[in-house]
Amino acid sequence: MSAASASTQPLRRTPLYAQHVARGAKMVPFAGYEMPVHYPPGILKEHLHTRAQAGLFDVSHMGQAMLIGPKHATTAAALEALLPADICNLQPGQQRYSQLLNDSGGIIDDLMVTRPHSESDDGRLLLIVNAARKEVDYAHIAAHLPAGVRLLPGPERALLALQGPAAAHILGQLCPQAPRLGFMQAAGVRVGSVDCHVSRSGYTGEDGFEISVPAEDAEALWRLLLKDEAVQPIGLGARDTLRLEAGLCLYGHDIDETTSPVEAALAWSMQKRRRSEGGFPGAKRIQAELASGPKRKRVGIRPDGRTPARDGTPILAPLGGHLGVITSGSFGPSVGAPIAMGYVAADRTEDGTPVSLMVRGKALTATLAPLPFVPHRYARIR
Amino acid sequence: MVTERFTKDHEWVRLDGGIATVGITDHAQQQLGDVVFVELPEVGRKVAASEAVAVVESVKAASDVFSPIAGEVMEVNGDVVDRPALVNEDAEDKAWFFKLKIAEGVALDALMDRAAYEAFVKEGS
Repeated sequence: MSAASASTQPLRRTPLYAQHVARGAKMVPFAGYEMPVHYPPGILKEHLHTRAQAGLFDVSHMGQAMLIGPKHATTAAALEALLPADICNLQPGQQRYSQLLNDSGGIIDDLMVTRPHSESDDGRLLLIVNAARKEVDYAHIAAHLPAGVRLLPGPERALLALQGPAAAHILGQLCPQAPRLGFMQAAGVRVGSVDCHVSRSGYTGEDGFEISVPAEDAEALWRLLLKDEAVQPIGLGARDTLRLEAGLCLYGHDIDETTSPVEAALAWSMQKRRRSEGGFPGAKRIQAELASGPKRKRVGIRPDGRTPARDGTPILAPLGGHLGVITSGSFGPSVGAPIAMGYVAADRTEDGTPVSLMVRGKALTATLAPLPFVPHRYARIR
Repeated sequence: MVTERFTKDHEWVRLDGGIATVGITDHAQQQLGDVVFVELPEVGRKVAASEAVAVVESVKAASDVFSPIAGEVMEVNGDVVDRPALVNEDAEDKAWFFKLKIAEGVALDALMDRAAYEAFVKEGS
């Protein structure tokens, strides 16, 4: 048995730290925070519970920032200069997934952009970024803003995610407006007696919500949601297996400053107008990749046996020859077998392509598979 | 007479005559969480003390299992390969990993007894 390494940085805590400890969570360092990796039931049960009923996640470590300008068109144009999604045509109360890009089209971070529903918030955009990239993102954005648009990083807010097929019913009992939101829609609402900003989105492939609250209200909301017997707290371990089964990228693993959105199979997140007009960092590379295909592409991988193939595992052609590398790999609790994602040469990305994975010096057979591994069950917009 | 000893890497070994049975400790399985895969050495393989001979994987990560002593693998536990969750249920009995035939005179003196191991675990937590 080999031991894990420790970090020397002092760790930060979310407003829900005491709640995790009280529930017997195993706390681990993650992106500079002390976070629950699992609770007493463990990753497998937590994962399956989320797919069967509803899981509650503390994701307060993520960065929440506000981009503030005089009116929507100005703020949206400022953000469009940094990412390839259509923000100008984002409607009030609509949310969009995108990627901050560097000048070579590599991904600095992936993020959620929301245009607040309320007219009084015109000119504002809410950004939710990865915990480990907060400082990098904020410095990058601030350095590239035109006069009149400013970034207000991290107001003291917590972020909770309620995910799973029972999420809409559960939140609906506390907040009748929530189930009326379509997938990727957002609104300012009251949940119980707490003022929140709720979006219908998440990182599990299930229907669900992300709920932003002032830090001082986080415990009250956490306890309120856990009063429902169908809701269990879920740690970062199950969050990772849920997102992997859903085929969703983890920054620093599946995407980084060298991968483009086209390589990462995220072209769907670049709307038509942006693809043709360009005007975002790395547009030249990305437009060329859209026209003639990228050199490599993110794919799903199913090992044939029961051995999980982890991040960094080389992917070979069946008769040898380097094809690429695995960027996320684990056991998929709902799939009941090991699953992985990784990059392979673009001429070898077809589903069903046999490959070899080098695990501990042995070549294991595997097959390229469609993503997601578990079908998404997002709420259809009504 | 059965002699039971523990390693700092959280393996247990029980020596009965010339046969040593090896597994991972209950503390180890708790630390790992849900075990989803176990890889065991081939029967007949000669292993050295502290050699990585088996792998146990939880949902989160893979960990090596080291042989506490030198010997020849004479039997492996197919039950833990078929049902890795057995490691979480009964790490120190039914979920043994492998049995070694050990050379005469090989001693376990360098390893900890249960009291010493429990103190070691307590100290590290």
